[in-house]
Amino acid sequence: MQRETLKNLLKNGAIWGFIVLELVFFQVVGSVLSLSETAFIDPDNMLLLLKQSAPIGIIAVGMTVIMINGNIDLSVGATYALAGIVMLDSMTWPIFVGLGDWAIPFAWLMALLTGCALGLINGLIVWKTGVDAFIVTLGAMLGFRGLVFMYNGQQPTYHLNWTMVDIAEWGVFGLQTSALVFIGVSLLVWLMMTRTVHGRNAYAIGNNREAAVNAGIRVGPHILINFVLIGFLAALSAVAFYSGSGSVNPNDGMLFELWAITAVVLGGTKLAGGAGSIVGTFGGVIAIQLLRKGLGHIGAQTETVNLVIGLILIAVLLLDKQLNRQGQQELKL
Amino acid sequence: MAETNLKALGGLLARQGILVAFVVFMIAFALWNPRFIEIDNVFSVIRSSAILGVMALGVTFVVIGGNLDLSVGSLLSFSAIVVLDLHETPGFGPALAIPAMYAMTMGIGAVIGFLVGYLKLNSLIVTLGMLSAIHGLTLTWSGGQNMDIANQQETWFGIFGRGTALGIPIPVLMFGLLAAVLAIILAKTPFGRKVYAVGGNGTAATFSGIPRARVVFFTYIISSFCVATAGLIQASRTMGAQNTVGQGMELEVLAAVILGGASLLGGSGTVFKTVIGVLILGFIQNGLLLAGLEFYVQFVVTWIIIILAVWLDIATKRGKLWSPIA
Amino acid sequence: MTTDRKPALRLEGIVKTFPGVRALDGVSFEVYPGEVHALMGENGAGKSTLMKVLGGIYQPEEGRIFVDEQETVMTSPLQAKAKGVMFIHQELSLANELSVAENIYLGALPRKSFGRVDWKMLFDRTDAILDRLKVGFNARTLVGDLSIANQQMVEIARALTVNARAVIFDEPTASLTDAEKVVLFEVIESLQAEGVGIVYISHRMEEIFKMTDRISVLRDGSYRGTLTTAETNEDEVTNMMIGRSLDLSRNHAHAELGDVALQVEGLSCHALFQDVSFEVREGEVLGFYGLVGAGRTEIAETLFGLRTPSAGKIFLKGQEIRIHSPIQAIQNGISLVPESRKEQGLVLGMSCRDNITLPQVDDMTAGPFVSDGAEISIFDQYRDKLEIKTPSWRTAVGNLSGGNQQKIVIGKWLSMRPEVLIVDEPTRGIDVGSKAEIHNLLRDLAKQGYAVIVISSEMPEVLHVADRIVAMYHGKVIRTFTAEEVTEDSLIQAISGIEGGKAA
Repeated sequence: MQRETLKNLLKNGAIWGFIVLELVFFQVVGSVLSLSETAFIDPDNMLLLLKQSAPIGIIAVGMTVIMINGNIDLSVGATYALAGIVMLDSMTWPIFVGLGDWAIPFAWLMALLTGCALGLINGLIVWKTGVDAFIVTLGAMLGFRGLVFMYNGQQPTYHLNWTMVDIAEWGVFGLQTSALVFIGVSLLVWLMMTRTVHGRNAYAIGNNREAAVNAGIRVGPHILINFVLIGFLAALSAVAFYSGSGSVNPNDGMLFELWAITAVVLGGTKLAGGAGSIVGTFGGVIAIQLLRKGLGHIGAQTETVNLVIGLILIAVLLLDKQLNRQGQQELKL
Repeated sequence: MAETNLKALGGLLARQGILVAFVVFMIAFALWNPRFIEIDNVFSVIRSSAILGVMALGVTFVVIGGNLDLSVGSLLSFSAIVVLDLHETPGFGPALAIPAMYAMTMGIGAVIGFLVGYLKLNSLIVTLGMLSAIHGLTLTWSGGQNMDIANQQETWFGIFGRGTALGIPIPVLMFGLLAAVLAIILAKTPFGRKVYAVGGNGTAATFSGIPRARVVFFTYIISSFCVATAGLIQASRTMGAQNTVGQGMELEVLAAVILGGASLLGGSGTVFKTVIGVLILGFIQNGLLLAGLEFYVQFVVTWIIIILAVWLDIATKRGKLWSPIA
Repeated sequence: MTTDRKPALRLEGIVKTFPGVRALDGVSFEVYPGEVHALMGENGAGKSTLMKVLGGIYQPEEGRIFVDEQETVMTSPLQAKAKGVMFIHQELSLANELSVAENIYLGALPRKSFGRVDWKMLFDRTDAILDRLKVGFNARTLVGDLSIANQQMVEIARALTVNARAVIFDEPTASLTDAEKVVLFEVIESLQAEGVGIVYISHRMEEIFKMTDRISVLRDGSYRGTLTTAETNEDEVTNMMIGRSLDLSRNHAHAELGDVALQVEGLSCHALFQDVSFEVREGEVLGFYGLVGAGRTEIAETLFGLRTPSAGKIFLKGQEIRIHSPIQAIQNGISLVPESRKEQGLVLGMSCRDNITLPQVDDMTAGPFVSDGAEISIFDQYRDKLEIKTPSWRTAVGNLSGGNQQKIVIGKWLSMRPEVLIVDEPTRGIDVGSKAEIHNLLRDLAKQGYAVIVISSEMPEVLHVADRIVAMYHGKVIRTFTAEEVTEDSLIQAISGIEGGKAA
């Protein structure tokens, strides 16, 4: 019984324990080695951290839903870039350009619609053809990236609108817009997954798809909605980020899918589906960003971040495997 | 009986559909532009596909064995950077740099093989983690700098990427040779049989006394050997490399393997089909370039082709075009 | 059973064909409110096809379905549920990570505004149902934390959420303990009392005769008739099911016994089984009989190197051996035909030939390459010896019938020329004809001097093939019977943990 409790505690609390560990470690190492003049656990530093984790974080929230469903989406990075391009470019369209700053909401709308449309395409293919989501979105990752390039060739897309930058840099309690969007999205999707019928059905489908079908849950449309949701969130992430930066490179967003999946898995969501939580993913996103910043703080080269995160991901997997072992009675397969 | 004939036809299409599609595609393009099948053009296509192709050969083993390898792109960058850096290290030169690079790349392959094979960790996540870790390793090694061979006239290092033998580009020869050897290993040796068994049903393979862990381990060794070879070709061709030269290639490689008809569930696929998958990707790119389109149009075309190919495959198996999901 | 009452569920002349097979050939059948009606038949007789027709998964070519005498076309399990026809499946259809309440109302969670779940209503309703079932868990418990029996209760609770007219139980006791069965039977009785019609599918005669009012029998897809339980007996039902008297005579033929091939002393594996000792001689068939979970399969897996024993010794021909992996087991001449053919025995997508030669593919070589000739000659040899029916050696094993698949697995191990052949559930999921063939084959192998261990959950099977029978209960050997002294009663008592069979 105690072993069970310990297991559950480790499973659900592991990511937060890890975050605390990171904080303490970087604080102590940073001050002992006097490598850095500022404290690591500094309010401004922490607020900045939220902002920096927003682009991947918003996508990771959507990825959590997709993965709880038992699917995966490898195309979010390309969706992110395309939505960014559409947003910046649409502000120069003749119909919007006359609106002045009122073009901004339309540009956002266009970006979000783009994300939804791309998600819709993936979702429809997964639903109607029955091809595995991994393959569908692997193809879409290439295809959407192709669309990104077709838009503006290999040229970056610029459009700087100072009002939009102001909105992006607006903030309360030091939290900038993108950080607020990240927190808001996490909260809303958390509510969706824990309180609504759609959210509960997402777990049921990931857990036991056949049972869900037999119980009358319409799995196809359900999956479709989730793909539209992740497309929307990838676009929202682009809106939050590019409103401030005003420039999209056609290679932007590459490997975002892998970072998002890493955060989701660190947060305890199972690849096989059926288990996981938005809270865990939020922790996973923060943990990765903390690591990035922390390694910089103690003077480690930025290159080591990738190395450390990769090793931690594997260590988490190993730990999870150990915790789920049935002890010596296990069949040696 | 007509029904069985129809089934046989369907079965043939399902097995060889990708080959049929390839031939049709080649003929159509050749009719449209005869330049397409000129020998020079064919060689140039194969040469430019060689790096992707060599990697895909190794990944074929991993996928048939029932696993994934998302770390090959990252590992390609590593091997290219390492071989270039060692080449420039005083006292090394190509003769020492190349074997040292092979040893290191395959050492990383062994780590992945150990984690997936012996520790039985999920290959998607392990290789995802390794993708990131290897990238970090590469950056640490290079200090974030690009690598270049300073004195390109005084080394024979360039033959792997730029040389020709009997009028055939060396990369094409290496790709062809490796494909032939690996095709024989997979189709004709006990090890190849075991790879199919482990990927087809790992539990049954264990119950048949097949050392599953060791078989999986060696699929990753083969994969890393192929990556090292691809890295050699890459470094040799450009005599220099960026830290991110292989970025994103893992998924293109996987796309070629899937296009060839290997199932992600394991247990099916062949080296020959993978080569076809690689060539389709290469010729599409080439055909589109000849048609005056930009290189990125092929991304969109590849997307459509992958989904159509896999869809056709499962539609034949289930006997229905559309998925029965409500 | 008064005839003027309306049946809760009635099927009339159901016909369903698959390419080349008439799976259901005019099946008619009805269940009245408050009746428990058994549906019996061998594997492959058409029970599961009939259930799929009833659940709307298959559409019948002919025939009609009536619920409360209203003609109904079943299009999906969901629609069947809406009509009041519920299924309690053998394989549980639950989502482990969700609560009991969410599972019970899966697909029909009560809603509030914005698509929110109405938790209060959900839990209140569920608790009310759970009270009726008198179970020891509440609506908020995670299903994954429940025992198999309690998970089954969750399935049954689902049937109570709708106004069920008929509930179909498919082998409900397969994984239940005796105490859990008692609870299940109480629940069935209370459903009965509420006027629900119950269809009870089972192979277990004692349950059928204890629980049911009438018995309908299917054979080869056709309806063979309905008997009133109180007026019939096991022989009559069996006759109807297999069309002849069961040809499972007791084994009294004494084989010529050779030396002790395998001897096991005090073998234990943690909580799975303890202090197991037995020996098997060349030319002998040793049967292992016990309930599911008694530790029989685990002993076989330990002998085959798939589990690490915590204590005990294994001797092969008098030599102590240690086995850490299947490879070592095979090298020592121990082979295992596993319990689950499809999951453990075969690579279904591979050809028949490749499956047979799989354990020795390393030796099937000419130079570094696999030799087609050597492999085909092995395949031909065992195809002839075991009379495996397959169009060609190239045929994927997945396309063969269950009986032929099992022969492929047996052939795989015979070709390794083992000292000891362990066969776990040799005839599970195999049709009657092939069953007899496999039984004869096992006897023949013993005659040829193999030491054979047969693990089975079917008493007639062990009585038929074994020279001696090891009875197990809860991980312990209760008694070893010889073929002469064993009686059905003493065997049942030994494996049920009833004191009576004293340790031999």
